[in-house]
Amino acid sequence: MVGLLQRMGASTLASLGTLGRATLFLLRVIRGLGELVRRPHLLVQELYSVGVLTLVIIVVSGLFVGMVLALQGYYTLVDFGAEQSLGVLVALSLTRELGPVVTALLFAGRAGSALTAEIGLMKATEQLAGMEMMAVDPERRIIAPRLVAALISLPLLAMIFILLGIGGAYVVGTSLLGVDGGSFWSQMQAQVSFTDDVLNGLIKSVLFGLAAGWIAVFNGYDCLPTSHGVSRATTRTVVVTSLVVLGLDFVLTALMFD
Amino acid sequence: MPATQSTGESRALIDIRDLSFSRGGRPLFDGVNLTVNRGEVVAIMGPSGTGKTTLLRLIGGQLRAAAGSVFVAGEEVGGLSRRDLYRLRRRMGVLFQSGALFTDLTCYDNVAFPLREHTGLPESLIRMVVLMKLESVGLRGARDLYPAELSGGMARRVSLARALALDPEIILYDEPFAGQDPISMGALMQVIRQLNDALGLTSVVVSHDVDETLSIADRAYVISEGHVIESGTPERLRDSDSPWVHQFLHALPDGPVPFHYPADTMADDLRRAR
Repeated sequence: MVGLLQRMGASTLASLGTLGRATLFLLRVIRGLGELVRRPHLLVQELYSVGVLTLVIIVVSGLFVGMVLALQGYYTLVDFGAEQSLGVLVALSLTRELGPVVTALLFAGRAGSALTAEIGLMKATEQLAGMEMMAVDPERRIIAPRLVAALISLPLLAMIFILLGIGGAYVVGTSLLGVDGGSFWSQMQAQVSFTDDVLNGLIKSVLFGLAAGWIAVFNGYDCLPTSHGVSRATTRTVVVTSLVVLGLDFVLTALMFD
Repeated sequence: MPATQSTGESRALIDIRDLSFSRGGRPLFDGVNLTVNRGEVVAIMGPSGTGKTTLLRLIGGQLRAAAGSVFVAGEEVGGLSRRDLYRLRRRMGVLFQSGALFTDLTCYDNVAFPLREHTGLPESLIRMVVLMKLESVGLRGARDLYPAELSGGMARRVSLARALALDPEIILYDEPFAGQDPISMGALMQVIRQLNDALGLTSVVVSHDVDETLSIADRAYVISEGHVIESGTPERLRDSDSPWVHQFLHALPDGPVPFHYPADTMADDLRRAR
């Protein structure tokens, strides 16, 4: 019994310690962001490897999620004779929830894990220590551009995901299911609000971008500098990002939509 | 970088006083005193696990001393602000045991990295400096290779060229000879000594390769169990009457440092196994 309490206490303390280190780390990185303004090419390079290289999976998933959504939505709506509202259903689900959340989950798997592994390996092979001793601060040179790149890419990727999803739904809806194209768009236009739906979705994905980027770079920077440590950190990035995104999404949804 | 502040400094470029540091509850250093004078090659020797690498990290300000002080060029490393610490680090070069080369960059770009980060020099000038630095370690021809394509000894020489890129005053070598074949070992020894004398550097070599290290060092410190056991010129060390230093320098398997890790008697252990 005492042993159980002891273990619970120890793991609570350890998690709190990690949270504290992560927060201090984030603050230091934010304080060093000035360098990024002076050297924008560092950011451009990371935008490419974090954002552009994630495009393929986002494009394909967005298209298929939209198409499946159209099929499932249609079968439900048609029972009520409301199949002309397919556009609204698809657009609302994508902009409010699926776009930001699924993009963030895919992002964690594709880009977050890569960031953690890259930074963790740089730590394990003393490249970060070497950089420090060359008077180059890795938090500014390595971490900051990657964090900002995640923060910028995720909302853009989410928008692309949503657009392609709606496009996929349109194609399936009009060609396969016989929904009228005109009412698909006009109903969507009438019932999807820019501020309430699109903007809220965008805010979500910005916050998810911060969370995904922060978790990924911190796990890499904080990992044990061994092969086992890097592998565990990479796994932890994907798991923690997914859980944080889902939890955060619930809270944000509760706050945003009533 | 020109040594603009050197006028008011004493001869000691690195001065460690009463340094104490412990890790994981185990004291690594307990009242260590150590000085490195300008222009010297100083060796710091001791068995594995005595914290030699930690000592270099304390000098470079990556770790902070629990007690005592580390002065580099007259400034106390532990008390510097981040900005001052980074300014001071530009006057030091470190050769890591693994080389710590950036694996995604060619040798050329590795050596150019500190120049591009710290100087606003045009690429044409950077090219000249990089080629000169690579030439000084004999690897100008390897400039387009990636670190994975280099042997261990070559990687260390490229890393040395990179450490030299900003013309530091101090070079810290972490186990430069560990795991090297005799030829690379000879090349490294020659490079370390020649660069020190030709460029007017000050070098600290941390190593447990006794003969190689002593043959290029002006002075040496032997550290064990957190204390400096012996120090002085290589001759003085060889003549030392400390049985511990004798065992270390002559690579004897048994002596003050026992061959056996402390344990109960073998007979007790065997009896218990039944």
